[in-house]
Amino acid sequence: MDEALLRTLTPTVIGILVRRGADFAAAEDAVQDALVEAVRVWPGGPPRDPQGWLVTVAWRKFLDATRADTSRQRREVLVEAEPVAGPGEAVDDTLQLYFLCAHPSLTPASAVALTLRAVGGLTTRQIAQAYLVPEATMAQRISRAKRTVSGVQFNQPGDVATVLRVLYLVFNEGYSGDVDLAAEAIRLTRQLAAKINHAEVAGLLSLMLLHHARRPARTGPDGRLVPLAEQDRGRWNTRLIAEGVDVLQIALASDRLGEFQAQAAIAALHADARKAEETDWVQIVEWYDELVRLTDSPVARLNRAVAVGEADGPRAGLAALAELDPALPRYTAVAAYLHERDGDLVTAARLYAEAARSAPNLPEREHLTRQAARLNLLK
Amino acid sequence: MAKYLLLKHYRGAPAAVNDVPMDQWTPEEVSAHIQYMRDFATRLEGTGEYVGGEALSPEGTFVRYDGEGQPPVTDGPFAETKDLIAGWMVIDVETYERAVELAGELSAAPGAGGKPIHEWLEVRPFLTAPPTISECHGG
Repeated sequence: MDEALLRTLTPTVIGILVRRGADFAAAEDAVQDALVEAVRVWPGGPPRDPQGWLVTVAWRKFLDATRADTSRQRREVLVEAEPVAGPGEAVDDTLQLYFLCAHPSLTPASAVALTLRAVGGLTTRQIAQAYLVPEATMAQRISRAKRTVSGVQFNQPGDVATVLRVLYLVFNEGYSGDVDLAAEAIRLTRQLAAKINHAEVAGLLSLMLLHHARRPARTGPDGRLVPLAEQDRGRWNTRLIAEGVDVLQIALASDRLGEFQAQAAIAALHADARKAEETDWVQIVEWYDELVRLTDSPVARLNRAVAVGEADGPRAGLAALAELDPALPRYTAVAAYLHERDGDLVTAARLYAEAARSAPNLPEREHLTRQAARLNLLK
Repeated sequence: MAKYLLLKHYRGAPAAVNDVPMDQWTPEEVSAHIQYMRDFATRLEGTGEYVGGEALSPEGTFVRYDGEGQPPVTDGPFAETKDLIAGWMVIDVETYERAVELAGELSAAPGAGGKPIHEWLEVRPFLTAPPTISECHGG
């Protein structure tokens, strides 16, 4: 059974139900039920018209639920008054779904969950697995999210920046469970980019493609983190890199620069170097300057310090670092790296060990511990 | 089957026998240690005895309710005295003896010089819900 096809159809089918008069929450529930039935029935013989099949089954589920509902009379009047539209074009409805699911009234975790279900077509179980929480927890999170947006007009114009933040969050979650969230985020961003001409949508898509292209080289066979400079560049996905660069170039040509395009430009410069030593650090520093100008983000400044360390030498990097707040995440790791490049192995080893203690995840902690161990052996 | 929590402590437990801090090991020794723990978990998955495990950051905060309308009180971390937990694993095993046996194996993870670190692990049984049907005699 083509699960990817099912997921692609989900937002369209929800849109059709909403146009027929279902409210968003009821439509979303009905489509989930239809998806579960599709997973059960399709392997025995997929329908010739998958979208039509889903619409029919989801509509039946919706009517069943409506009849069972205490407020059924009111709803049935609504349903009968509404002209029944065929399963035709529903492009705009799908776009509305993106905006609704990323609505600013939702917490980021809720927006992510709702987007993955209503736009992405994932089941609650799959989303729960991906975020390592019990299914019941995730079901509650989604119900709460649907209640929160229940009063929002489906045809209200949405906020692209909010949608992009949600998709970026999904992408950064990466991989756990049987769903690859990074790939899912790329699929959803691709769909969005096809519907809307927006430089930052293209910027985010490019950024995701360029990062995803390097993923096979980012971890060793034992799950170990491999830093950029040591990655086997032969394992980078050149097809994804080429696509990411194309998407970025078109976006940059529109002259509406934003933070995702700037980040993608940095990623593209890394992707462009056949060997780590060939990296164009001078240009990367220039892009970080743009990024700092656009976002004023302390994290961008921290990354800039690393780039400055490569372009102008570790002393310059340390000077850039000295202007930043030592409480920043990964500050100590960056300091350790720059001190090592500056030849101060004792300080570097101490800082690596300190950075390991405050590492935000296990692979990073293990990587930093190994760095400390390596230097302690040398000094 | 009963569930047990195996707790690794940062501090608070008696020192490990092979008590060299991890950043003083060689990178290969660090890798071997991590691999041992991974292999251990994978093996228990295979035997159907693995439930879950996570590593925890050393930083923790104490939080206390401070009365109606007040934000919670936070303090700490009290790193010198608090029993800091480095990580945990939950196993689901037939007997207490099996839980102790597995904790012993986990404590033998290799450290400096490739020798077991002999760290102390805490083994805590989970409390369970009362049985729906009480077992009775003579049935």
